Amino acid sequence: MQNHPVYTDNDPQNELSTLNLGPTHPATHGVFQNVLQLDGERIVSGVSTIGYIHRAFEKIAEHRPFYQITPLTDRLNYCSSPINNMGWHMTVEKLLGIETPKRVDYLRVIIMELARISDHLICNSVLAVDTGAATGFFYVMEYREAIYEIYEEVCGSRLTTNIGRIGGFERNFNQIAFRKLRKFLKEYPIVLKEFENLTKRNRIFIDRTRDVAAVTAEDALNYSWSGPILRATGVDYDVRAMEPYSSYEDFEFEVPVGSNGDVYNRYLVRNEEMWQSLRLIEQALVKLEKEPSDIFHADVPDFYLPPKEDVYNNMEALIYHFKIVMGEIPTPNTEVYHAVEGGNGELGFYLVNDGGRSPYRLHFRRPSFINYQMYADMSRGMLLSDAIINMSSLNVIAGELDA
Amino acid sequence: MGKISNEDLLKKISDKFHDQVTTVGEPFGLLTLETGREQIIDVLSYLKNDAALQFIFLTDITAIHYPGIERQIGIIYHLHSPVNNVRIRLKVFLNDGDVHIPTATVLWNGANWMERETYDFFGVIFDGHPDLRRILNVDDMVAFPMRKEFPLEDPNRVDKKDYFFGR
Repeated sequence: MQNHPVYTDNDPQNELSTLNLGPTHPATHGVFQNVLQLDGERIVSGVSTIGYIHRAFEKIAEHRPFYQITPLTDRLNYCSSPINNMGWHMTVEKLLGIETPKRVDYLRVIIMELARISDHLICNSVLAVDTGAATGFFYVMEYREAIYEIYEEVCGSRLTTNIGRIGGFERNFNQIAFRKLRKFLKEYPIVLKEFENLTKRNRIFIDRTRDVAAVTAEDALNYSWSGPILRATGVDYDVRAMEPYSSYEDFEFEVPVGSNGDVYNRYLVRNEEMWQSLRLIEQALVKLEKEPSDIFHADVPDFYLPPKEDVYNNMEALIYHFKIVMGEIPTPNTEVYHAVEGGNGELGFYLVNDGGRSPYRLHFRRPSFINYQMYADMSRGMLLSDAIINMSSLNVIAGELDA
Repeated sequence: MGKISNEDLLKKISDKFHDQVTTVGEPFGLLTLETGREQIIDVLSYLKNDAALQFIFLTDITAIHYPGIERQIGIIYHLHSPVNNVRIRLKVFLNDGDVHIPTATVLWNGANWMERETYDFFGVIFDGHPDLRRILNVDDMVAFPMRKEFPLEDPNRVDKKDYFFGR
């Protein structure tokens, strides 16, 4: 096909070499293909091909009731699934006009900030691996496991979490979850500090990352960048601060910004965001003490599935269960856009509803998809090895890229 | 909410474009306007470049399909003004036989892939787009799968027939 990128090079006059970087390449951390024209080690031009793991989530979502769409959102940015899950729940709650209790909001903040830590943790430590420092990765990986164990106590699963329900959580946090959370809050800052010591002032790391792939704020906004990579260019746009959701307005936190948008600045922004996330979790734990400890969901029997024991033993619960599962409850005929600050930027849900049990149209504004489109352009003139660390610092997640 | 109210925003836009822009509504505080494809780029460019509005951030471009009505395909733009902290939604509806609309890549580079995705799933042709080809689906696909007439599953597939499951 005419529009296909060039895979072979038959022109004898051409002194450039063609390199297929991907779709499966150990250095790209996912299914990304870039067909690069190389002059020695320098990239002359590149074409990105995406869509290798496209799973048609938007189409599937048109055939699923609202509560069955949560598992689809898991598989967008699977490094921070809980943020996607919560973003989806909040979109539906906004549509249905459900007010969640403060305790639910604070519990959500805890889970979302844990997810943000695990997302940034992977990105920064993998960036270190790509620059040649594998130690830090193996060291901090243990704490991603600690975060996954907290998820496990709350919802039973680890990577694709399906955590929470429309209106709140499926069950209350148990004491083990809080114990594990406190243990994490005690141990992780020491580890993070040590990881910082390993990289932040490390001469090799700085030489490899500073002034690499620097992006101006104008370019970043022109390409609709959002998230840590936009903040690294000096724009203080964070959805949590601009349009607070889930009671983020009750919390004190800072939005770290960088200066010239290079790989080193992105690293620093993500690193500082992890400290801010820890701060948010600490505050949430203090706030939780003032809330009644038995509330973990909003009182919306029309949309929140009753406990199974009640379904078998209680007439009303059985009716609600039936109505929810069969989708017999009318919903507003309107449209809603809700954005949350995902691990990679503004994760938006545009939901058009026609009053039925499933969305008429659901569109995900996926930050990885939008952030990645500058990649081929910005790689031009770059060394191949710099393009690799540029990709890992963009933190493009294949699931979110292709939806 | 933002520093500029939806009423002021609407007044500014209707002073400039009069009846070329109509109001659809304000669902959940997000001002939604409808316009035609002849002036969509003018409207977007006005929103982006006006010193008071500064909708410099293109959040999203997507589309929607309403089979059975005259103008079936709707293209939906979400813009954000970080300075004023206000969002706006713009819609353009097109006839199914003539789904052409000028490209927004003249205003934002970020529109490139968003428009390619919209083309890929709805078949909307963005006139003047530098590289309008499929992005997530395979290149030799002929259908536009997010249109409502496209089935979720291939109706001819046999691997889910009941007799495989002893039913």
